[in-house]
Amino acid sequence: MTSLLPQSAPPTAGHPGKLIQPDWAEIVRITPETEGISTFWLRFIDPQVRERYHFQPGQFNMLYLPGYGESAISMSSDPEDEERLVAHTIRFVGTVTKNIGRLKVGDVIGVRGPFGTSWPMKQIEGRDLVLACGGIGLPPLRPAIYHIIRNREKYGKVTLLYGARTPKDLMYPDEHEEWQRHDIHMEISVDRGDENWDGRVGVVPMWFYNFRIDPRNTAVLTCGPEIMIRFVIYEGLARRIPAERIFVSLERNMKCGQGSCGHCQIGPYFICKDGPVFPFSVLQRYVNVEEY
Amino acid sequence: MLDITISRGTTVALSKAEFDLLLADLRENGYQTVGPRVQDESIVYADIQTLADLPRGVQTEQEAGHFRLMRGASNNYFDFIPAADSWKKFLFPPRVDLLTVRKGKGWEYVETETATPRYALVGVRGCELAAIEIQDKIFIRPDFYDPTYRLRREGLFIIAVNCLHPAGTCFCTSMGTGPKVQGSYDLCLTELDDVFLVEIGSELGRSLLSKRKYDLPSAFVQNIANQRLARAVQEMGRSLDTRDLPGLLTEPENLEAARWDEVAKRCLSCGNCTQVCPTCFCWDATDSVNLSATQASRTRVWDSCFNPAYSYVFGGNTRPTIRARYRQWLTHKFGAWKEQFGTLGCTGCGRCITWCPAKIDHVAEIAALREEVNS
Ligand SMILES: Cc1cc2nc3c(=O)[nH]c(=O)nc-3n(C[C@H](O)[C@H](O)[C@H](O)COP(=O)(O)OP(=O)(O)OC[C@H]3O[C@@H](n4cnc5c(N)ncnc54)[C@H](O)[C@@H]3O)c2cc1C
Ligand code: SF4
Ligand code: SF4
Ligand code: FES
Repeated sequence: MTSLLPQSAPPTAGHPGKLIQPDWAEIVRITPETEGISTFWLRFIDPQVRERYHFQPGQFNMLYLPGYGESAISMSSDPEDEERLVAHTIRFVGTVTKNIGRLKVGDVIGVRGPFGTSWPMKQIEGRDLVLACGGIGLPPLRPAIYHIIRNREKYGKVTLLYGARTPKDLMYPDEHEEWQRHDIHMEISVDRGDENWDGRVGVVPMWFYNFRIDPRNTAVLTCGPEIMIRFVIYEGLARRIPAERIFVSLERNMKCGQGSCGHCQIGPYFICKDGPVFPFSVLQRYVNVEEY
Repeated sequence: MLDITISRGTTVALSKAEFDLLLADLRENGYQTVGPRVQDESIVYADIQTLADLPRGVQTEQEAGHFRLMRGASNNYFDFIPAADSWKKFLFPPRVDLLTVRKGKGWEYVETETATPRYALVGVRGCELAAIEIQDKIFIRPDFYDPTYRLRREGLFIIAVNCLHPAGTCFCTSMGTGPKVQGSYDLCLTELDDVFLVEIGSELGRSLLSKRKYDLPSAFVQNIANQRLARAVQEMGRSLDTRDLPGLLTEPENLEAARWDEVAKRCLSCGNCTQVCPTCFCWDATDSVNLSATQASRTRVWDSCFNPAYSYVFGGNTRPTIRARYRQWLTHKFGAWKEQFGTLGCTGCGRCITWCPAKIDHVAEIAALREEVNS
């Protein structure tokens, strides 16, 4: 399978002569985001790895916590970070992630990557963009937001549709103002408001109705719960945005990140290397196959 | 020794006693000779020293969910058809230590010396050689290779053997992999009552053979071998129509056929079919720690798409039903594999049928699916 989207192969962290042997990185900063989600800022210990490691927005690393295992986690920081730090925003759900949640600044974890395809930032230059995400779907899009801000003139109208369960679950609130200052139009919504919430209540795909879209020139990037993704796609297609210009990031169980362990397959694709970002056009034939 | 030049492609007649010397020569050259042995009323691949270790005069009776050793008509060594065990375990071992780390200031790797064994495989069937060549495409790729597999594969010496007594579950003819061996080997045997006809497939094979006493086979002997091979094709237990593959198993509408519900009622999701399959390659990594939690290891183990944990993601399972898992397995083998690796994932060895406790016959399942979607 040739890759469908830009991929920065081969991975620069991890030892190619070994099947899955990570490089080590130190946690230099931990930013609590919301209940059960924090961002871990990592610096590779080996200066050579620090130097050669680059990622594209939308790609992921395999993070290794000795004794517990590995997890696929997207990068959530600026690919062009001056300090060469790599950030991961992690939701603590199970064996590996909950124990990463117990780590402290100065602790060391293993990193392999970067893996997978990226958001097609080059290909979508000149377009209006709709970034639609829910919950833990925002972190994988944040590097794309930084890229857009850095190259704001290369993109048209940019709209960020972002949904969370409650106002407390909204991530990166300190940055929202900065994003808006760079002319990123934000439509934020929550499933359930609280006494202080005067914003929107509802689900992300609903807010497609709130602004005008030029289907001839719009690209959609979406990431989040699969059910939300489905509705975003549906809304995009209903507005005649072609399937080739709707980009989705998928999640599947992953063990290797390199098309070897088999876990992440969907039809002919290995999500870890042919994805996680796909133009919807290639997934379209499988979208209605149940439990595929 | 006769004064005949032998080269790649030459076939010679070698006595069985001389073949034992050839095995000894391989061992002297650092190869571990592994081949079939009778064990627990079945046949496994394990260390062998001489032909005497092989299942002599044994044939196998195989049907869906059924395997039995029987006394054959001859005293030959390769009259049986392989059992559940396959050569896969030598190249892609069921357990491999991946890494061990020790807690220091951060974590550091504990270097472990692991010598790569050099195997000489004795008695590789056409379907089995095809399976190795399929796994080559998975584990040794331009963008990635598995170091364990690659090192073992590169040191491999392959003695193939043509099948003369296919079992009831065999369908290699349909998959184009046998009963005559098709792939690349070092030496390939056709067994007759008192000699092996040995075809040379590599320079290494030639040089080993050149030290033995051999003969050029007479036209008469060649003829017998050819007749037996032709008869083997006739005796093939099953046949699979591959003309509409992989499409039959990749068309989205066929993925919702009623047949999947029907077979899901019988399948136990035990994963036997994936464990015995010589091409199935999925693996998992498991973690362990020592008692004081100062040292941690990762081990690679075989996994199966029938295992619920295989497709688990937080909050659910992407293939929660047996229907979805069986469909994944069958449509991968006979469908998606083609687009991924340029070949179907099945060689027609029949193991998945023989060793299915629910007697599910995947060849029949494909035929039933075809009938349903075409009607
Ligand atoms: C490409 C990709 C990018 C991701 N990016 C992020 C991110 O930026 N932030 C974040 O918090 N999470 C992300 N995830 C999800 C994250 O990988 C899982 O939450 C994590 O693996 C759970 O592991 P665990 O050991 O803590 O949970 P357990 O429940 O103990 O895990 C059991 C097994 O299931 C697997 N698993 C469970 N949930 C998932 C899942 N959702 N996706 C894949 N495998 C899963 C684990 O690998 C493990 O093998 C991403 C997943 C993928 C595939
Ligand atoms: S799918 Fe069945 S018949 Fe085909 S190679 Fe695997 S075990 Fe053999
Ligand atoms: S098809 Fe048979 S061998 Fe395979 S998982 Fe189902 S019951 Fe087990
Ligand atoms: S994660 Fe192993 S094949 Fe994709």
